[in-house]
Amino acid sequence: MSVTILIATLLVLTAIGFWLGRARAVATASGGAGRLNSLPGYYGYYVAIWCGLPALLLVLLWLAIEPQVIRALVVHSLPASARDLDPARLGLLLNDVRNLATGGFVAGSVDAGVQAAAERYALLKAIGLAAMTVAALALAIAGLTYARRRIRPDFRARARVEATVRIALIACSAVAIITTVGIVLSLIFEAGRFFARISPIEFLLGLEWSPQIALRADQVGAAGLFGAVPLFVGTLLISVIAMCVAMPVGLLAAIYTAEYAHPRARAIIKPILEILAGVPTVVYGFFAALTVAPFFRNLGEGVGLQISSESALAAGIVMGVMIIPFVSSLSDDIITAVPQSMREGSYGLGGTQSETIRKVILPAALPGIVGGFLLAISRAIGETMIVVMAAGLAANLTANPLDAVTTVTVQVVTLLVGDQEFDSPKTLAAFALGLVLFCVTLVLNVIALHVVNRYREQYE
Amino acid sequence: MTMIQTQPQEPTLRESRNTSEDAVTFVTRDVTVHYGAKKALDNVSLDINKNDVTALIGPSGCGKSTYLRCLNRMNDIIPGCRVSGRILLDGEDVYAKSMDVVHLRARVGMVFQKPNPFPKSIYENVAYGPRIHGIARDRAHLDGIVFTSLEKAGLLGEVKDRLHEPGTSLSGGQQQRLCIARAIAVQPEVILMDEPCSALDPIATAKIEELMDELRINYSIVIVTHSMQQAARVSQRTSFFHLGVIVETGETEQIFTNPIDRRTQDYITGRFG
Repeated sequence: MSVTILIATLLVLTAIGFWLGRARAVATASGGAGRLNSLPGYYGYYVAIWCGLPALLLVLLWLAIEPQVIRALVVHSLPASARDLDPARLGLLLNDVRNLATGGFVAGSVDAGVQAAAERYALLKAIGLAAMTVAALALAIAGLTYARRRIRPDFRARARVEATVRIALIACSAVAIITTVGIVLSLIFEAGRFFARISPIEFLLGLEWSPQIALRADQVGAAGLFGAVPLFVGTLLISVIAMCVAMPVGLLAAIYTAEYAHPRARAIIKPILEILAGVPTVVYGFFAALTVAPFFRNLGEGVGLQISSESALAAGIVMGVMIIPFVSSLSDDIITAVPQSMREGSYGLGGTQSETIRKVILPAALPGIVGGFLLAISRAIGETMIVVMAAGLAANLTANPLDAVTTVTVQVVTLLVGDQEFDSPKTLAAFALGLVLFCVTLVLNVIALHVVNRYREQYE
Repeated sequence: MTMIQTQPQEPTLRESRNTSEDAVTFVTRDVTVHYGAKKALDNVSLDINKNDVTALIGPSGCGKSTYLRCLNRMNDIIPGCRVSGRILLDGEDVYAKSMDVVHLRARVGMVFQKPNPFPKSIYENVAYGPRIHGIARDRAHLDGIVFTSLEKAGLLGEVKDRLHEPGTSLSGGQQQRLCIARAIAVQPEVILMDEPCSALDPIATAKIEELMDELRINYSIVIVTHSMQQAARVSQRTSFFHLGVIVETGETEQIFTNPIDRRTQDYITGRFG
């Protein structure tokens, strides 16, 4: 019996459990034992939970632990010479064993020891599966019987079911949190391995970025320098350019849609602005690389300026356009949330529309708008595709927007793309960069959310 | 304008004309207001006397707030709102093309149901109107306007040491008096009050009512209220609105002791509304 069939059987049992529980509840109630405490369905769910949940959890746990146990047993049965191999070689050998057992291809000739191990492996697998099937089915039936026995009219099935639902919901939200924690931990550990080789001070303060490490002594341009300042400056430069585009345009668009636009115009303009947010960033990327960047280069030639064809300016402006809907939609929500009584107060004193907006609405909405800007900045900093395609790879330490620069995200991509060994400082540097990026955006988001929440409290 | 000389049209039957020789601030004739397809006011005619407190009473949805908002054209900002009829402020047509809404609202101030101080300091709240209308010549003059306005609103003593704290830090009653000070600061002729005490406790309400009686010396006041006692306490004249029309207008004392119309009597004795 395969695992799929086992799980299907358990689900069928669970359904039967529901039906049995419900039927029994109805029967006990009509048997004159008194009114049911809960609706009959709750008794059904109660039995179903007892039948299905423990058995399914057992299967999951079993599937998680079994491979380790079998591996240990197989290694134990291998000849002594194999047991003393280093972990990597042992892993390869076990792979052979597993392939042999499941009828796959094995590289090279097979010696008797491996053949025996493979047979043992297959046997253990079969025993494990049988044991798991028996255990799970037994647990399901035991749970069903136990729960069904407990059904009495005064048994509070509803409370039990609701408690289980609550636990299930908590478990689901825990998944998101645990995943985040896992990602952060993996970042921290890999970054830790990087910092064991390159000092954090060199990484954070070094002015030169050249992550190639020489394979031969006479190799050119492979210094293995990990000073990330040029990347930070490049990221900052592009983000600043992006915000210079996105902030005024987004805010003014929001003021128009929130205050001036006729409801009908607003119903058309807002969705169009939000379509901008739905354009894949890769499309913005080639728009930047193929249209905007050459346009600026030609413009530069026209006035006698050297503009590199992969310039921070092009990438920053396109990124700004990408963020406009983000800024405008957040600001629009916040401006609309300013109470109507503020507008009436100002109009009632003879304020014109623009006076009202400048002197009353915007100051009232300012904290929220600033929060929106901070969220937008953290998006700009984390944005990857546009800069990969349009900003270039040259780690120039420059504040000149007409030069090619590179950003943290671009370097993470280039460090990890292609065939890489996972223990060289070069690949590990990606994790260190990721960690820095994560910290910066985290801090920005926390500040932004704090600011936005404080603003919300004021008007509720 | 020649309208000033012409006598107001004959008052409608229900309108028992005030016998005193008070000057009239607002003359309104046949005012009809639609919100989209819905008619909110139907041919309302009413005179607002100078230096009187005029109370507009009536059950919810009877059109009294709508009428109030016609007087300074606050209905303009409501989409789909149409106003017809004549509204004259000192003989000038409020809805004429030549009327500048900004000037109109400087002449006709407004205080709202819920205190709505701006998210600025107490000082800046009061200075807002004078600033946008360019009333103050210099900083000292502006200070003077702010102090006098706070003084007239009976708030100066309570806030003079913390003029630069946010207006929202005041209590509800103080906030409402701040809004009154803000309205006074632009030196209006009329102050419209839309249920100014409905969000306040009895003590704060008493203060505002007292204030209205003092303000009446310099300003005409129109107040919408749901509290019959308040109307009886503060006003000289009262209009009873019902279903978009004025049922009865008269001296407050007469309305509350000897109403002509049956519906007025039913309303003030609490039989409906």
